[in-house]
Amino acid sequence: MKRRRGSIAWWLIFAVGVAYFFLPLFATLDFSLKARPAFAAYNNSFNDPKFLASLIYSFVIGLLTIAASMGLIIPTAYWVHLKLPRARPIIEFVTLLPFVIPPVVLVFGLIRVYSRAPLPLTHTDLGSSALLVFGYVVLSLPYMYRAVDAGLRSIDIRTLTEAAQSMGAGWATILWRIILPNLRVAVLSGAFLTLAIVLGEFTIASFLARPAFGPYLSLLAGYKAYEPAAVSLISFGLTWLAMIVIALIGRDTRNRIEMGGAH
Amino acid sequence: MTDADRGFLDLSHVQKRFGGFTAVHDFDLSAHRGEFVSFLGPSGCGKTTTLRMIAGFEYPDGGSIKVDGKEITGLPPNKRNVGMVFQSYALFPNMTVASNVGFGMRVKGRPKATIDKRVGELLELINMPDKASSYPFQLSGGQQQRVALARALAIEPQVLLLDEPLSALDAKIRVALRKEIRDIQRQLGITTVYVTHDQEEALELSDRVVVMSQGRIEQVGTPFEIYNFPATAFVASFVGTLNALPARIVEPASGRIEFGGREVRAGSTLSGRPGDEVMVAIRPEMISLAGIDPEPSDATNRLPATIEDVAFLGSVVRFKVSVGSDATIINVDTFNNPNLAVPSAGSSVWITFPPEACLVLARDAVAVDTDVLAAAEAML
Repeated sequence: MKRRRGSIAWWLIFAVGVAYFFLPLFATLDFSLKARPAFAAYNNSFNDPKFLASLIYSFVIGLLTIAASMGLIIPTAYWVHLKLPRARPIIEFVTLLPFVIPPVVLVFGLIRVYSRAPLPLTHTDLGSSALLVFGYVVLSLPYMYRAVDAGLRSIDIRTLTEAAQSMGAGWATILWRIILPNLRVAVLSGAFLTLAIVLGEFTIASFLARPAFGPYLSLLAGYKAYEPAAVSLISFGLTWLAMIVIALIGRDTRNRIEMGGAH
Repeated sequence: MTDADRGFLDLSHVQKRFGGFTAVHDFDLSAHRGEFVSFLGPSGCGKTTTLRMIAGFEYPDGGSIKVDGKEITGLPPNKRNVGMVFQSYALFPNMTVASNVGFGMRVKGRPKATIDKRVGELLELINMPDKASSYPFQLSGGQQQRVALARALAIEPQVLLLDEPLSALDAKIRVALRKEIRDIQRQLGITTVYVTHDQEEALELSDRVVVMSQGRIEQVGTPFEIYNFPATAFVASFVGTLNALPARIVEPASGRIEFGGREVRAGSTLSGRPGDEVMVAIRPEMISLAGIDPEPSDATNRLPATIEDVAFLGSVVRFKVSVGSDATIINVDTFNNPNLAVPSAGSSVWITFPPEACLVLARDAVAVDTDVLAAAEAML
């Protein structure tokens, strides 16, 4: 009897959780479908050239952010694990700073520093986009660092590094051929989280006057009723698609590492 | 050191400190080409640190390391051509067995055909030709360690280093694999340094054993020398089982000592004075039980004893007997056989041992080292 009551309680908690998660989505979907004729909000969104342009722009900026973030974080986290384990709390603290420093502070700082000599980046489109990437790299730090850190903890990087060194491998070879392939799942997790952040980010892109997806969505909400809801759902669907890709790509690697390859 | 007495692997006055702690003191060793040398000692004795200095994973604070006359002390590990096998196998999880074995050759830019040929040969050598496309997680611990060995050999290293390679494996695999390691080492004639805290492993595998304690070499010798002629109290207590009996010198010149109210004789002249307190170290297998073992030809040392306990250890039967007025407990080993008339606990017996079985040591030294022995036995 007790067990049955416990089971009902669990189902109840589960139902509340599902409702909390899906009800807003359902409401958004319902609202987006109220536009007439049917699916007009979705058709209008896809037919708006700015929608695709902003999405592609954000996607490209996202990929560049991921590349820069990986280039910065993977070697750093690897080196800290291998040679400076005592510095780990400091690095962890630094990577958490984006949670306490609002993006608006960050972007004002960037604009102030990079709108004049010696590096007037805001004066050109390319420079502003580069600044956007730099800002997003900072925003992605907590996610990317934690993902890579967790990946590094799951393998014995010290011994793998020493084994590779004893066979003549240098640092670049070790990072590229040994560490990175074994961090594939972790890096993919961090990468897709970063992509999700970039696709939805508004503040930095808006202040740098970039044609990104976040500002586009905000602008759309100012003069259209149903389309912002449709666009939100589309971006949500794309994010989930990315998560499924992680799961599929990572499944095989995770098995290999967990089942005894690394100790 | 002249060229004539120079070895293939030379460690000269090597020292290593970690902060204020000296892990390795003034380590000197010269291993010949093709020699199998083991570093044996308890945890924290500096054996792995020394091995890691040869590999280049640690740099000495003093001294030099040479391979074939070439100074490698300051070289990074990837420039040393020294193969290493780790306790945890350290196979690359993202690579197949063949890729793991061929990794070092790919790094060195060897042609693909050469790599494939060599990988095939090495997989034959470790009896795993059918596992080339398996991933490490699909292999047992023993198979993974064999692949790790093949991988280390693939680069044709000048020196092969093995850091407790068998300690993660179960007993049967360990015994089988150590024979395999020895056979492969002999077949290839590669200079090998093997780190272990397992004395049986060290004694079975090695041409020479380096016994270490607290960062210092206690003795370097063949397994026969190490076991039968220990140079220090530590070696006597760490290698093999040892009875350490408190005794007193009666007459140094004739080797007469008094133990438990009875006089016994050591095989050599003693260095102390009459009345000096000493420890007599005797191996359990050097003591005979009258009525069970054949009487030794020289029965000078014959003492009454009482059986306290009997333990069957497979091929050996170990008796615990109490001897002398203070009922000191002595271990006596004899080979097991179905016809053995095993005396029961409480029986009175005689024990005998030849004078040359008595190793007379300063009492303080053994008192310290029996603690080490107890710790080492607990660890094993």
